[in-house]
Amino acid sequence: MGLEQFKNRNVGTQNYRLLDLGETPKTGFGQFKQVAKRTFKGELFVGLWVTLREMINALFRGEMHTVKYPFEKLPISPRYRAIHDMLRLLESGHYRCIGCGLCEKICISNCIAMETRYDENQRKEVSEYTINFGRCIFCGYCAEVCPELAIVHGPRYENASEQRAGFSLFEDMLTPIDKLNLQQEYDGFGAVTPYADENIKKTPLAY
Amino acid sequence: MEATALGIVIKAIIILAIISAIAGFGTYLERKVLAFMQRRLGPMHVGPYGLLQILADGIKLFTKEDIIPQNANRLIFGIAPAITAATAFIALAGVPVFPDFTIPEFIPLLGGTFVPSVAADINIGILFVLGMMAAGLYGPLLAGMAQANKWGIIGAARTAIQFLSYEVVTGLSILAPIMIVGSLSLVDFNNYSSDHAWLMFTQPVAFVLFLIAGFAETNRTPFDLLEHEAEVVSGYATEYSGMRWGMFFIGEYANMITISILAAVVFMGGYNDLFFLPGWLAVLLKISFVFFFMLWVRAAWPHVRPDQLMWLCWKVLMPIAVINVVVTGIVMMV
Repeated sequence: MGLEQFKNRNVGTQNYRLLDLGETPKTGFGQFKQVAKRTFKGELFVGLWVTLREMINALFRGEMHTVKYPFEKLPISPRYRAIHDMLRLLESGHYRCIGCGLCEKICISNCIAMETRYDENQRKEVSEYTINFGRCIFCGYCAEVCPELAIVHGPRYENASEQRAGFSLFEDMLTPIDKLNLQQEYDGFGAVTPYADENIKKTPLAY
Repeated sequence: MEATALGIVIKAIIILAIISAIAGFGTYLERKVLAFMQRRLGPMHVGPYGLLQILADGIKLFTKEDIIPQNANRLIFGIAPAITAATAFIALAGVPVFPDFTIPEFIPLLGGTFVPSVAADINIGILFVLGMMAAGLYGPLLAGMAQANKWGIIGAARTAIQFLSYEVVTGLSILAPIMIVGSLSLVDFNNYSSDHAWLMFTQPVAFVLFLIAGFAETNRTPFDLLEHEAEVVSGYATEYSGMRWGMFFIGEYANMITISILAAVVFMGGYNDLFFLPGWLAVLLKISFVFFFMLWVRAAWPHVRPDQLMWLCWKVLMPIAVINVVVTGIVMMV
């Protein structure tokens, strides 16, 4: 399917197809003729066929639309901003965060709190790092500002909780060291959805 | 062979057990079929493929609080659901379901008992069944009037007009087959179609009319105005809860099965052997098809308005039914 028809946004210059509704009958005999015509036209059977076709498609051609949510989940967009993840360096396994404090500074809802100190090698190390997810508005500024791609948005979007203030600690968000080979880079802002071309649909502007 | 009292009791138990099980199972089938037609899964979690959903529903219905509204007529309010359920099952007494059979000799106690095809082979079988189903209209009617609720009253009024009107069409449409067969007994209908073509092909107009009227009498979708949610909340069942409400629906599903069996026996060849299929399987398939057709129609077609319902009954279906009877009579005379 080409994209030309979607790029034509000049409303009113395209080919419209008018429905042939016929004329409203005015006389009694005209109404009778309409009833007789509609009765024998088989429109009711068209309706029956449509539902039967959907049933066959759903049962035998794998077009069932139900997603059994807690057991199976739809893939989310790479741009999706869910609960944060702290990533590690792939080579050494050390966490990427350099303790610069930019995420704490830019956070517009003041939900990131961090404390840092110098370790024995005179490197900044993170001693305290929490995000209050009761306050976080998931704007994504922290992930955008991070110079080391250390704090990113992960795929965990099920964040219902029992309290308003839910704190997440640095260690909870950090990639487990034994799962380092499964660590996903965050495509981030402007990333294209996988299979974006197949999922493209007409917007109202294109009609 | 002559039917003994034991055989009739066994037949009655078979009918009660199978039909009430199917009537409950029908709710599961309906939800499943409607779901598939909308590309959903339907009930899935209770048992394999949701097969035990009916148990969960039953527990829920039995344990729900039974509420009787303040200004309701308590006696009639309590009796009405029983009328619907009882008449639906009494009607099944006159309907032949499976072929005659004799219980094999090796089964202890019951061996050699002859079980007839119909529990009560009365010579006015079809009138009895239709009359019993017509008496079922007292269920919704009394329920709607006893519950002191305006939606109930409207539902009751709709019950009265709809069931009474379509009684006429059912009776007239089945009159032509009765003229051809020359008997009112459903067993004779079955025997007729063993050596003649199915009445569905020789009497197509009567068949279509009977199906349409059957939809109206069982309160199925194009004509389910008695409890049309968008208009009258739940119609006659508005104030009902728990098992009383459940009895209305057991009755409704039993009526659907009765109409399916009537259509299968009168118009579709009954429980005669069909090609390689044994009779009991053939009739089960026919009944299932009519039952499935009712669900299928519910998924496909919209409701009609009450005035369209009356228009259809009195101005279209009844004249066609009368013409059909007259034409059949003339053809038989000539």
